[in-house]
Amino acid sequence: MGAVKLSGAEILLKSIEAEEVDTIFGYPGGMALPIYDALYDSGIRHILGRHEQGVAHAADGYARATGKPGVCLATSGPGATNLVTGIANAFMDSVPMVAITGQVTRSSLGRDSFQEADITGITMPIVKHSYLVKNPDELAQIVKEAFYIATTGRPGPVLIDVPSDISLSRIEYRQPGEISLPGYKPAPDVEPKQIEEAAGAIACSKRPLIYAGGGVVISGAHNELLKLAEMLAAPVTCTLMGLGGFPGTHPLFLGMLGMHGTKFANFAVCECDLLIAVGARFDNRVTGKLETFAPKAKVIHIDIDPAEIGKNIRVDIPIVGDVKKVLGQLLAVLKPNLEDAWRQKIQAWKKEYPLKYCDSGNIKPQYVIQEIYNLTEGNARITTEVGQHQMWTAQYYTFNKPRSFITSGGLGTMGFGLPAAIGVQVGCPDEVVFDIAGDGSIQMNIQELCTAVNYELPINVAILNNGYLGLVRQWQEMFYNRRYSHSELINPDFVKLAEAYGAVGIRVTKKEEVVPALKRAIKSKKPVMIDFIVDREDNVLPIVPPGESLDKMLG
Amino acid sequence: MKHTLAVEVENTPGVLARVAGLFSRRGFNIDSLAVGRTDNPAVSRMTIVVEGDDRYLEQLNKQLHKLVDVIKISDITRDAYVDRELVLIKVSADAARRAEIMQLVDIFRARIVDVGPKTLTIEVTGNDGKITAFEESLRPFGIKELVRTGKIAMLRGFKAGSKNINNKEEEES
Ligand SMILES: Cc1ncc(C[n+]2csc(CCOP(=O)(O)OP(=O)(O)O)c2C)c(N)n1
Ligand SMILES: [Mg+2]
Repeated sequence: MGAVKLSGAEILLKSIEAEEVDTIFGYPGGMALPIYDALYDSGIRHILGRHEQGVAHAADGYARATGKPGVCLATSGPGATNLVTGIANAFMDSVPMVAITGQVTRSSLGRDSFQEADITGITMPIVKHSYLVKNPDELAQIVKEAFYIATTGRPGPVLIDVPSDISLSRIEYRQPGEISLPGYKPAPDVEPKQIEEAAGAIACSKRPLIYAGGGVVISGAHNELLKLAEMLAAPVTCTLMGLGGFPGTHPLFLGMLGMHGTKFANFAVCECDLLIAVGARFDNRVTGKLETFAPKAKVIHIDIDPAEIGKNIRVDIPIVGDVKKVLGQLLAVLKPNLEDAWRQKIQAWKKEYPLKYCDSGNIKPQYVIQEIYNLTEGNARITTEVGQHQMWTAQYYTFNKPRSFITSGGLGTMGFGLPAAIGVQVGCPDEVVFDIAGDGSIQMNIQELCTAVNYELPINVAILNNGYLGLVRQWQEMFYNRRYSHSELINPDFVKLAEAYGAVGIRVTKKEEVVPALKRAIKSKKPVMIDFIVDREDNVLPIVPPGESLDKMLG
Repeated sequence: MKHTLAVEVENTPGVLARVAGLFSRRGFNIDSLAVGRTDNPAVSRMTIVVEGDDRYLEQLNKQLHKLVDVIKISDITRDAYVDRELVLIKVSADAARRAEIMQLVDIFRARIVDVGPKTLTIEVTGNDGKITAFEESLRPFGIKELVRTGKIAMLRGFKAGSKNINNKEEEES
C-alpha cells in the first residue's frame, strides 16, 4: 500500500490540528494561497481580520484569554511586515503565539522578488524562535517544535515562514518524531536549597510584601499566590500584567505599584523588609529610579526565565522555576507568620491615601469604568488600548480573576484592544467582553469592528473620548510646560462610524446616561461602540515622574 | 576583564545572525568571534571573546542561553585552555630589508607563505600576546594588509592545569 501523498499546505494544517488548534486568525494573499486553498476543506475555523496587525492582536487576545496558543496567518511581504507589531507585542508580554507567513518560492528567495520580505530576519529580535522552511519533509516536525517552544517555559511567539512552493509540493506524510532540542531547557528544576533560603528569609521578615507579575497569570498560580499571602498575611501588589492574578477585593490587596500605582503600594515597596517578586521583571515603569527601589528590602525573585534574575536589580535569593511549582514547594515548608504591626500600618495608609478623583459636572472616565465593573459584577473580560483610559482601567476596575484583564503591557501598543477583544470573544463566546478605549487608540485598528460584525461577535467598545491623546497631553502638561504639541484630536463621528460598519453606535454625553447605555450595550448581544464624551483634561494620578523614586509621587 | 566563551550551537542557517544580533541588540561588544563546525556536522563551535565584568558576563550568558539554537556555553577564561589565532600579514619588503624580516619570522616561528616583488606575506599562529608582539615588530617595515581569524580556544585534556602550564606551552608554540 503506497503512503498517502499530501501537499505541504495540507501537512501544515494537519500538523496545526494535531496541536489541538481549532481556530486561527488570518488574512490571505498570493504566497499564502496554497494554505488558504487547503483551509477551504479543513475543519479549522478561520477568522478573517481586516488588517494583519489586527489578526496578530486577535490571536494574542485569544491566547491570553484562553491560555491556549494563538495562531495567526498572513501572506509574504506586506502581510508579514504588518504582523510585526503584533508579534513584538506578544513577545514583550510572553504570549504563546505561532505566526505563519507565506513566503516567495525557494528559488526566488534573496532576489527582491515581488512581495518578498526577509521576515525571519526582520523579526529576529522579537520572536522566541523562528523557522524558514527549506524542505517540505521538515514541515510537520517544525510545526510540532514551534508549538512546543511557544507554549513551554516562558511563552512567546514563534514564526514559521513557508515558501509557497513548499506549500504546493506533494510529499508522503510522515508523523513527526520526538522533539529533540538540546539547547532548549524550558523548565529548570527548582533548587531545594533556594526554597529553604527563601523560607528562612520569610520566617525572619517583619514587613514582607509580595510583588506579583504576569508570570502568576501565565503559570496559573493564582491559588498558590492567595495561599501564600494569607499564610503570611503579606500584602500583595500587582504589576499591570499581574492584575487579576490576585483578587482585587481582597483586604491584603494593594492595587498596582509603580508609575501609576497606588500610594500605599508604593509606600509598601519603600518600607518593606522583604520583597517577594513572583513572575515579575522589575520593569522601569514599576521600579522608577532603580537605586532607590525597595531600599530596605531583601529580595526574593521567583521567575522561570533565569535571564530576568539580576537583570535590573540585585537579587538576594533567586529561585528559577515555574511560579506555580515554586510557590507550591514554598507553601509546603512555610509556617504562618502574621505580623500585625505591618498590616496595621498598611491599612492606615490605605485609609489615608485612597485612589480618588474629583467629580465634575461632566462624565468622569473613572466613573464609566466603575460602572462597567458594577454592571458586569466584575465578570467581564476587559481589554484596553493604551493611554490614560488603560491606566484608569487598571486602577478602577477591580480585577478578581486571572485572564480577565488583557492589555498591552510591555510594548504599550495603541490599537491592541479592539482586535484583542475579538480574539477574546472568539475564545470565550459566552462571556461579556469590553474594550475600554481611547479616542486616539481606537482609530488605530478601527477596521476590526467589521470583523466583529462579520462574525457576530458581541464585543462592547467603550470609548472614553477626551478629544486628546490624553496621556501625551498629560505629560505635556506636567513635564513640558503645557505645550500641547500635536496631541489634540479631531475625531470622526464614532456613532455613525459604528453604524457604517453595521455595529450599534451610542453616544453618551451626560452622567445619568452612562448606566442605561452600558445596560443597553450588554443586552444587545451585538457589537456595540459607545462614545462617552468625558472630562477633557483629567489626569492619571498618582504619578511617579519618570526616573524618580517611588516615594516621589505627585497627586 | 576579557572573557573567552566556548559556545556550541546547532549548525542551522541563521544561527550566526541570531548570536550576533543578540550582541548588538543588548549592547554587548564582541572582541572577536570565530566559528566553524565541530567533528559533529550538526554542531558548530563559536569562540567568542568579550570584555566586561562578572555581572555583564552573567547577563550575556543567560541571554545567549535563551536562543534555542545555543546548546552549551562555557566561560573558559579561568580554566586551563589552549588558544590560537592565525594571522596573515603582508609587509613591505624591498631587497635591502628582507633578511631582517626573515630573521623576525624565524624568531616568532612564523612562515612566509608568499613572496612578491615588494612584499612578503607571512603566516603566524599563536596567542594574543605573541601575535601582538609580532605585529609590533613588523610595523616599522610597513604593514600593507593584516587579517586575523579571531581566537579559537579549547580546554586542556586535564583539569589540574594551572596558569603556569598554560604559559609554558604558549612559549613553545
Ligand atoms: C502605536 C503607538 N503609537 C504611539 C504611542 C504613544 N502614546 C501612548 S498613549 C498615547 C495617547 C493615547 O490616546 P487615546 O487613545 O485617546 O487615550 P487617552 O490617553 O486619551 O485615554 C500615545 C500617542 C503608543 N503607545 N502606541
Ligand atoms: Mg483620548
